[in-house]
Amino acid sequence: MDQLLEILQDIRPDAEFAGQEHLVTDGILKSFDMMMLIGEIADEFDVEIPVEKVVPENFESVERIWALIESLR
Amino acid sequence: MENSLLVFLERSAEKFPEKTAYADVNHGYTYREMRAAGRSIGTALSNGLGAVKAPVAVYLEKSADCVAAYYGVLYSGCFYCPIDGEMPLERIRLILQVLQPRAIVTSPGLLENAKSVADGAEVLLFEDLLGTEPDVAALEEIQRHVTENDPAYVLFTSGSTGIPKGVLLPHRVLIQYLHWLEERFDLGPEDVFGNQAPLYFDISTHDIYGAAYFGARMEIIPPHLFSFPVKLVEYLNERHVTTFLWVPSAMSIVSRLRTFRAAKPEFLRVILFAGEVLPRKQLDYWVEHLPEAVYGNLYGPTETFVCTAYVRDGSEPADEPLPIGTAVGNSEALVITEDGREAAPGETGELCLRGSCLALGYYNDPKRTGDAFVQNPLHDRYPDRIYRTGDLVYTDENGQLIYVSRRDFQIKRMGYRIELGEIETAANALDGVEECACVFQPKRERLILYFEGSAEENDLRAQLERRLPNYMLPDRLVKLPALPRNANGKTDRQELLKL
Repeated sequence: MDQLLEILQDIRPDAEFAGQEHLVTDGILKSFDMMMLIGEIADEFDVEIPVEKVVPENFESVERIWALIESLR
Repeated sequence: MENSLLVFLERSAEKFPEKTAYADVNHGYTYREMRAAGRSIGTALSNGLGAVKAPVAVYLEKSADCVAAYYGVLYSGCFYCPIDGEMPLERIRLILQVLQPRAIVTSPGLLENAKSVADGAEVLLFEDLLGTEPDVAALEEIQRHVTENDPAYVLFTSGSTGIPKGVLLPHRVLIQYLHWLEERFDLGPEDVFGNQAPLYFDISTHDIYGAAYFGARMEIIPPHLFSFPVKLVEYLNERHVTTFLWVPSAMSIVSRLRTFRAAKPEFLRVILFAGEVLPRKQLDYWVEHLPEAVYGNLYGPTETFVCTAYVRDGSEPADEPLPIGTAVGNSEALVITEDGREAAPGETGELCLRGSCLALGYYNDPKRTGDAFVQNPLHDRYPDRIYRTGDLVYTDENGQLIYVSRRDFQIKRMGYRIELGEIETAANALDGVEECACVFQPKRERLILYFEGSAEENDLRAQLERRLPNYMLPDRLVKLPALPRNANGKTDRQELLKL
């Protein structure tokens, strides 16, 4: 999960991700960040996220994003 | 003949008073309510400020309320400057230094921020203005003195010196555009405009005034949905969106993730895009899944709004972006060479615009206005203002303008003149490249191509070698998970130069 945290921090160096439960609702992850994140996840974890899974509830916290990656591996 | 953008709201409020005109995710205004809100705000501003043709900043979170505030400023005879609630405070400060607004209209949540940058401007709460009893006779008197050449709004774009430039647009720019839009596309009161662009971005004026012009509805799509394509498409369907004008990157998010296998737009039929080149692969995906829709490639810098356009007819060569077409409305597109003559067909030159599409200039900045809005070099016997776009184009055998690249993206390397856009077009056509951007680092004279897609660097180099001469081959190919985007959704080339 540290690797995921690093990716998120690279995308938005100004944001605090640990402990956040509402990354999408609170606007911490912005509109055009998502393509970057999906691409990084594909490269780093060799996981293609199907479009059906690209929904807000899967990206609200680091833990949920990690759970999504795990479920697809 | 219309003198003001308010004419369209007034007309639709008479014809469709109870129809929803503007909506966001939480709230909607009917045409009657929007006119009433505009009149109340206009009366309050007019009474409070006692000035016409003065700038008023509207600093609100993106919502249908913003539109009511814009109309209110227009009713007062002033012109507005949209400032997004999420804009960094330091940028707002720079904008307001140039704008010197008479007042700032804001919300309780942004009040402290507004006060901290007001610098003498009156800070007014939107909710307070709404409660004012409208003085319709006084507002009509103000409107009698408004002409189509009076300023309607000022939109700030980034300036190369770090000081933002405020493009001052008169009513006529949108009036002529909307008449052209009606002639060119089959739009009417049943349509729903799906707004993507931030309201400080000129593309959004198509949605705001297009809705009123046609008696249609504008739906402000929640910005976070542009991260979640299936939800986005579901929202388009829920709100019955039939048409949009988006930046290409917003369309690419949908096509790159192959969204239509999970959700497909049910009502969308007029699809317009502007602001950047839409890579052909992305367009082809949309066309394949929505073959009945009309696709329009609109072009125009903020200084002219949309000034040329091309509507896809299916005869376009594969792998190439659509042309930017021909001039719209009462505007003329000139292609002028470096030595000041009109370019021959096929010859590349700078695209210059003349006619009703021209902005009044940069607000409070005569120097930069004089540099960009210049005398037409083809006519030296009478005053004739043109706007130099800084974009290089040529005219093809069918009389259509073809975009080549920014003039700033034309570089000299090994004695050759290179258009970065040409390298991008070649790379975009290759298998495994979804989108790309080419930048030049002048100090080290290095050409770097950043790309998204499944291709590997070595394979891509081999493919490019078969398509480009040696001097155009990038020094480095760098695969990125996604190209960086600015707040408007355009590729952030400054960010790429920092990588």
